[in-house]
Amino acid sequence: MLRIKKGGVHPHDEKESTEHKKIETLPVPSKLFIPLRQHIGEPAMPVVKAGDMVKKGQVIAESPDGRATPVHSSTSGKVAEIGNYMHPLYGLSPCVVIESDGLDEWQENLLTERNWETLSNAEMIDIIFKNGIVGMGGAGFPTHIKLSPPKDKNIDTLIVNGAECEPYLTSDYRMMIEFPDEIIKGTLITMKILNVQTCYLGIEHNKPDAIKLMTEKCKGTSIQVVELETRYPQGAEKMMIKVITGREVPSGKLPMDVGCAVQNIGTLKAITEAVEKNIPLIERVVTVAGKTVKDPKNLMVKLGTPFKEMFEYCGGFIAPNGKIIMGGPMMGMAQVNLESVVIKAASGIVSIAENDVDYEPEKACIRCGRCVEVCTMGLRPNILSILSEKGLHQTAQTDYDLMDCVECGCCYYVCPSRRNIVHYIRQSKAKNAMLRAASKTGSK
Amino acid sequence: MDPKDNKVNQAPEKLIVTSSPHVHDTESVTKIMWIVNLTLLPAAVFSVINFGLPALITMLICIAGSVAFEALIQYWRKKEITVNDGSAVLTGLLLAMCLPPTIPWYIPLVGSFAAIGIAKHTMGGLGHNIFNPAHIGRAFVMASYPVAMTTWAVTRIGKEGDFSGAMSKIANLDVVTGATPLGILKQQGYQALVDSFGSQAAMYKALLIGNRGGSLGETSAILLILGGLILIAKKYIKWQVPVIMIGTVGILTWILGGKVDGKLVLFTGDPILHMLSGGLIIGAFFMATDMVTTPITTKGQIIFAVGCGVITVLIRLYGGYPEGVCYSILLMNAVTPLIDRYVYPKKFGSIPEPAKRR
Repeated sequence: MLRIKKGGVHPHDEKESTEHKKIETLPVPSKLFIPLRQHIGEPAMPVVKAGDMVKKGQVIAESPDGRATPVHSSTSGKVAEIGNYMHPLYGLSPCVVIESDGLDEWQENLLTERNWETLSNAEMIDIIFKNGIVGMGGAGFPTHIKLSPPKDKNIDTLIVNGAECEPYLTSDYRMMIEFPDEIIKGTLITMKILNVQTCYLGIEHNKPDAIKLMTEKCKGTSIQVVELETRYPQGAEKMMIKVITGREVPSGKLPMDVGCAVQNIGTLKAITEAVEKNIPLIERVVTVAGKTVKDPKNLMVKLGTPFKEMFEYCGGFIAPNGKIIMGGPMMGMAQVNLESVVIKAASGIVSIAENDVDYEPEKACIRCGRCVEVCTMGLRPNILSILSEKGLHQTAQTDYDLMDCVECGCCYYVCPSRRNIVHYIRQSKAKNAMLRAASKTGSK
Repeated sequence: MDPKDNKVNQAPEKLIVTSSPHVHDTESVTKIMWIVNLTLLPAAVFSVINFGLPALITMLICIAGSVAFEALIQYWRKKEITVNDGSAVLTGLLLAMCLPPTIPWYIPLVGSFAAIGIAKHTMGGLGHNIFNPAHIGRAFVMASYPVAMTTWAVTRIGKEGDFSGAMSKIANLDVVTGATPLGILKQQGYQALVDSFGSQAAMYKALLIGNRGGSLGETSAILLILGGLILIAKKYIKWQVPVIMIGTVGILTWILGGKVDGKLVLFTGDPILHMLSGGLIIGAFFMATDMVTTPITTKGQIIFAVGCGVITVLIRLYGGYPEGVCYSILLMNAVTPLIDRYVYPKKFGSIPEPAKRR
């Protein structure tokens, strides 16, 4: 079993409520709000207008620059409008609103049957791009860009991230149990595109069923299943690479600089479906969990489904909510209301009961050093938080490696003074970005 | 920043919106401080049995004084009054543990003012002080009332460890005074010290149990170590600090502590005597591990512990005072910012500097 050498925390994983339940398919809601921006980068440009009839899988927004990913209709129906609705990450953002006709009909001639082994790499990358596939682990990085590294980068190792180190989330785990073949096929496709021979599938120790099943299924392939210690933030890209290969991604560099590529479980399933059947990314598995949810579940959900519909399907709430979080409780985004919709990178929705919200006021740093101990990036979060508090954002960047922080949140998790260190660090990063932008426009 | 400040409420769901993470472990400053207080309790109770009512009175004055000064200063500075977080109680208790049980009532009061008012609040309160408040309090009264501070009570426990006698005399305010083991060692030499206990084995036993003269809480090594072990198990302190500090004292006194006819003979010192006597145990477990005034990293704390050990031995063997733990920790507190500046963790992904070519 491989483990993180330094730092990390072990929050209670809270996975029992959903890990043994089969993925259920959520009925198509009457209205879908499909955001145009579901990836890192520029929003896609809508190619439909209000009143148009669309079919399931039809392109409703195109990439403006070949970098952003296109967006597809999740069901069949009528485009009601293109307006601003709640996006779980960016607040009010342009969405295509589709009124479902209840038929859920595929676009004609969309689906095909293909054998991936007969396709060239360029063809497969194009298929992945056209089907709108992005990293589904949380960041939403366009997959076709990840799969076409610059020529001077020599990638020799693919790592499949099945760690799922965030508490509550079990969507990756359920996918490994229910769709192992798709995941393995997706891995082989990715290996072929990247031309790598070595592949590791990292799974945390607390998912023994997945480790057993995947080890069995991977027999005869070059995929090697690796058991990892259950420790947050094991699933963070840089940690995963370090723990499995021993390579450290240098400060400010990307995984490909050390010859590695990391893919999420859900992304690989989406790649298989796109390459073999030409199914675009229009639905995903989302964990709906939390102490206030009556019947927590993993749901197969159409992109653009409001959170409200999912909670209703799970039996509603049994206690007052404090927070609703998209993603896991360590790094997820707190939502303003339940109108937010599912996007490609939404791995889970977690509710936190009002009684469980930590109201303890922030105190001064007592220099206990716990944050320094748990910081996997080897930073000094205590000093970063104090510098940010004092407005010394530049010093934080030049002398204390502000930009190396991955915002995993271990420092806040252990801070006895309840200092919201991550928030301070984000403030410093944002202030510095504003300064940089200002100096750029000033010099023009 | 208070998380309540950036709460966005929106009807009808009324959700709280804050930055991630959204979960926290169960530790808090208040919890840590009260647990440290609790771990000191066995030694504190023992000191009351050992020295009687005067010990209890000194302790209560120290704690009440510390809490009162903290509340007054925070009220005056218009800050939130945080006396219930346990840190002022801890400062008071630790200060009392370093004082002789027989001192007049006003000395603990002056000491707690120096500790809370000068060492803690002039620096900005909890988390900002450079020096250990309790030790500043002790150093302050040591300089101000040297005679009272070096008049030590003799324990009420009989030579054979007869606790019943002590219990019956607990309310007796009369105290017989005598010298501390380290005081006898300094003034009369090692042989006189052993003679005063009868034998070497009896001396070690007395030191371990606490049947000897000294400050309130410094006497029972075994109960202090017990409290320290709880703190190590709770991960509030690191085992390296007490082990290395006490170890450094032991090794150095073994090498340098032995004298034959007033002449130094190497490797003949008595390390056990030095390790068990004076304020070393309480200093190593409870003062040198203070979060606020010691380095952040484990590596830094190890340097700190070695420094404390070395300075303690230098003062005990070559300085004017018989005991040096308090000053060694204060001196190393002063060096802490410097240690933190040069000792920090290796950053993930930092490229090692290419080895210099000759």
